[in-house]
Amino acid sequence: MEFSELIRTGQAQAELLRGPEAPPLRGTLCVTGHHLLLSPGPQATPDLWLLLLRSVDSIEKRVAGDCGTITLRCKDLRVLQLDIEGVEATLNIARSIEGLRLGDAWHFHPPERYYKRVAREVLLRSSQPLIGPQKRRCAEDEALLRAVLAGSRPGARGFIVDTRSAQTAKQARMTGGGTEAKAAYPGWKRLHRPLERGRPLQESFVHLVEACGDLEQSMDHWLSRLAGCRWLAHVKEALSTACLAAQGMEREGACILVHGAEGTDSTLVVTSLAQLILDPSSRTMAGFQELVEREWIQAGHPFQLRCAHSAFSHARPKHEAPTFLLFLDCVWQLGRQFPLSLEFGEGMLLALFDHAYASPFGTFLCNSEQERCLCEVRTRTHSLWSGLNQLKEQRKLRNPLYVPNPLALWPSVEPQSLRLWQGLFLRWTRPPEPSEAAWEKVWQIVTDQEKTEGSQPTVSASELQL
Amino acid sequence: MEHIRTTKVEQVKLLDRFSSSNKALTGTLYLTATHLLFIDFHQKETWILHHHIASVEKLALTTSGCPLVIQCKNFRTVHFIVPRERDCHDIYNSLLQLSKQAKYEDLYAFSYNPKQNDSERLRGWQLIDLAEEYQRMGVPNSNWQLSDANRDYKICETYPKELYVPRIASKPIIVGSSKFRSKGRFPVLSYYHQSKEAAICRCSQPLSGFSARCLEDEHLLQAISKANPANHYMYVVDTRPRLNAMANRAAGKGYENEDNYSNIRFQFVGIENIHVMRSSLQRLLEVSGTRGLSVGDLYSGLQSSGWLRHVQAVLGAAVVLAKAVTTESASVLVHCSDGWDRTSQVCSLGSLLLDPYYRTVRGFMVLIEKDWISFGHKFSERCGHLDGDPKEVSPVFTQFLECVWHLTEQFPQAFEFNEAFLLQIHEHIHSCQFGNFIGNCQKEREELKLKEKTYSLWPFLLEDRVKYLNPLYQPQAQEFAVLEPNTVSFNFKFWRNMYHQFDRTLHPRQSVFNIIANMNEQNKQLENDIKDLESQIKQCKNKQADGVLTKELLNSVRPESPTLKTSLCFKEQTLLPGNDALRTIDSSNPADNRYSEYAEEFSKPDPAVVSLEYGVARMTC
Repeated sequence: MEFSELIRTGQAQAELLRGPEAPPLRGTLCVTGHHLLLSPGPQATPDLWLLLLRSVDSIEKRVAGDCGTITLRCKDLRVLQLDIEGVEATLNIARSIEGLRLGDAWHFHPPERYYKRVAREVLLRSSQPLIGPQKRRCAEDEALLRAVLAGSRPGARGFIVDTRSAQTAKQARMTGGGTEAKAAYPGWKRLHRPLERGRPLQESFVHLVEACGDLEQSMDHWLSRLAGCRWLAHVKEALSTACLAAQGMEREGACILVHGAEGTDSTLVVTSLAQLILDPSSRTMAGFQELVEREWIQAGHPFQLRCAHSAFSHARPKHEAPTFLLFLDCVWQLGRQFPLSLEFGEGMLLALFDHAYASPFGTFLCNSEQERCLCEVRTRTHSLWSGLNQLKEQRKLRNPLYVPNPLALWPSVEPQSLRLWQGLFLRWTRPPEPSEAAWEKVWQIVTDQEKTEGSQPTVSASELQL
Repeated sequence: MEHIRTTKVEQVKLLDRFSSSNKALTGTLYLTATHLLFIDFHQKETWILHHHIASVEKLALTTSGCPLVIQCKNFRTVHFIVPRERDCHDIYNSLLQLSKQAKYEDLYAFSYNPKQNDSERLRGWQLIDLAEEYQRMGVPNSNWQLSDANRDYKICETYPKELYVPRIASKPIIVGSSKFRSKGRFPVLSYYHQSKEAAICRCSQPLSGFSARCLEDEHLLQAISKANPANHYMYVVDTRPRLNAMANRAAGKGYENEDNYSNIRFQFVGIENIHVMRSSLQRLLEVSGTRGLSVGDLYSGLQSSGWLRHVQAVLGAAVVLAKAVTTESASVLVHCSDGWDRTSQVCSLGSLLLDPYYRTVRGFMVLIEKDWISFGHKFSERCGHLDGDPKEVSPVFTQFLECVWHLTEQFPQAFEFNEAFLLQIHEHIHSCQFGNFIGNCQKEREELKLKEKTYSLWPFLLEDRVKYLNPLYQPQAQEFAVLEPNTVSFNFKFWRNMYHQFDRTLHPRQSVFNIIANMNEQNKQLENDIKDLESQIKQCKNKQADGVLTKELLNSVRPESPTLKTSLCFKEQTLLPGNDALRTIDSSNPADNRYSEYAEEFSKPDPAVVSLEYGVARMTC
């Protein structure tokens, strides 16, 4: 590749500032095709500091005298400052980072309808029907939905959860889309639950991150920004729509079809959360990975487009939207209300967030299965799941208190029950929390228990000698 | 009893506060001399102590009956519908009478009988001994002594008898100073930091007006300063906003003039007064009690109420205190206007940050006894125990508990007690079931003969100690010796478990603390089992070595075969948390939640297009 063209200055002396809590790091800075490395001198700790270039969201350079400063804002919301010796080196390195951090963008195609079967009630997702201004109908599509009801228990009804408002759905007809006409789909009833998507969601994310970066602000300012960014309102809407879909299946025994416009964003939030609520197997470590793989990656959530930039980018957002983050936040809220019922912990959700935005693994590459096949992602990259399932990662990712829970999880969606996900949004601004030490203690208690449990064979063994 | 006309009403409905579908439980309402009791058809009992009732409201008659809304001081809100208006009216009138007592002697504590004899009762009252506490702090010593100046409450009625003052402060200086301080509350010791030799002292505002001086008061402050050999200056912290303090000068009160006192560093920390706090919490509760609240409404309500800002200010002031003592070894004198509200908050929180002892179950009781009860926080007036001036009621102590809660959230391993302990104490400052919080100062309590006529709360809390323990507590951890909380805005959260403690549907469905506590217990038991078994094995081995191992001995070991026993107790105990979890989830059924209203959408017959639009409107609202 043409990496070498982009790297004019490969090395420079630099100092890295990582926020108020971590000590600064001095050493040799090195730019490679994918990474930024900082190797401290031989006298210092042998630790190498490493940053994936793709995780840089925005870059700012300043020169003064004969040294320069580069501020890197990362997609995982970290802010780093590099003080580099030499003006030319600074400018060259900044240019290299700028050039190398950008990946290619691919085109994206709307997906077909997908199915997911849970017991006899089914949860389906799709994109909008292509009704258009002429109010077209499609016999096959109608037959399909009829067949769904016929395949379920006798007398079962179906509900179509449209994640747009009735108004927007109607307007979509002008561009060839629309929503199911009542007369054409007997037995199915439509419910509109508008969820925020696209640019407003991205802006909400940007505003929240901005608010979280300001340590000095007054209480009033902070609370008004928290209310103003509406992020928690989006979390509430997403969770309650998922609960509605789940409730329709569990309580009413109904079949549920979820769709918005393309069926690749808010639709996936709803279907994946509904499964987490209803299906105990999706709450295990393996089950959750499967859920993400199936409901997000294979379902064609366009990760490349949605996660091209995180909250720091100055570029005008085009296709970016933190839909996947919204899903992760909802899962976190669920985990807070049912702290014993998810096998994975906050660490898993943070890892997924980080990797969705920038990752050395191929799992979140491309926008759809088709693209992944074309790019031979499966043969040319490694899977994130094998990375996460390594033994040394487990303590970070697992919930030590997990007890399998066969029941559905019905969370409270009242605003008083929802919290800001501090572990994500304030991960780099707040000092390491004593509560993290508390989790260590929890782990210790749990492993103590395993140990005491494990010590029984030695006792019985010595008894056998008697 | 003369206030009770109707003792039992049947077919009363209890409405769910947050459900919009008007779900109701039907049951029977009983009125007793001390409690209002509702038993629903599941035989679940809801007890409401009359003293907990803050307000009773009778709403306009509806087709289903007469609504009665009761707001409680422990933030419970119940909404009954009584079928007949007459019954409703009777209960309404009775509750109005029963919830507001005119005399102390009518409070529950004077009739409450937990079946203890007099010596047990006395031992209960002696459980917390403040003289012992001052000794623990290291006073009296060469710089501080016990003063008998207030032996008969002559100098200051609202102070306790035992007061610690600098050794070089003579009685005339004390008397002189007390005349220059509002309500005679002169500077006295609240907390002594032994290793830094620094003191936290408290008093009320000086009667300085625009220019008045008092040499004795100046001497007393200097004496406090001199009692600290490590540092030649001291801080004087006025907890009020500057403007309020200035306004007080016009009334002949005010604050210390730095020019008149040598070596003081004066500063305001800007905590608002009791009236601001009262309306702030009122506003917050109004917002959080709204049905169908949106996220935006909650946060703008939190903002406009200012409550979290006030909590931040109180905790911030405590941090100032702790910093002065730890980093500068400086003594601090704290006051507000009368020195019994904000001063109590700031002094007690400051000590809590400095001294790990106050973060234990017992130490926290001592702290409340010392800085709140004995120094004369007016519990009866602030909690509205008697029918009195509503302007004197203010959630000052609740706010203190909330500050402590925020600390427990930031330092989950630094406290021996858990949230339930704070909630239980809050319950009892209003319940008037025990004598501790009755009255406004020690003199009044002695006159009421509380120690002979009522019981102390603390032994009852200690009896239930296990319930209030924090399983993550690390008593020895050095990093928690002095707490340095971070008071940036985003560390302050709405305390749902206090202000919605009775709204179960809003709570997390499973509790981490319970399960960890269970595991801890289990671990301890398993370890003991292992030790037992190991010692048994050792014994057996010894005997074997001695060649006296007989069949009987082997048999005596067998029944307690380790595999059997540990696996048994393990099984039993792993079941326990599992059961617990199941039980909590059971109660979390989708009908409890607000999205359940959409279920009605499900069950409606297919509506015509027009009513579908109506349905849409309902769903989006």
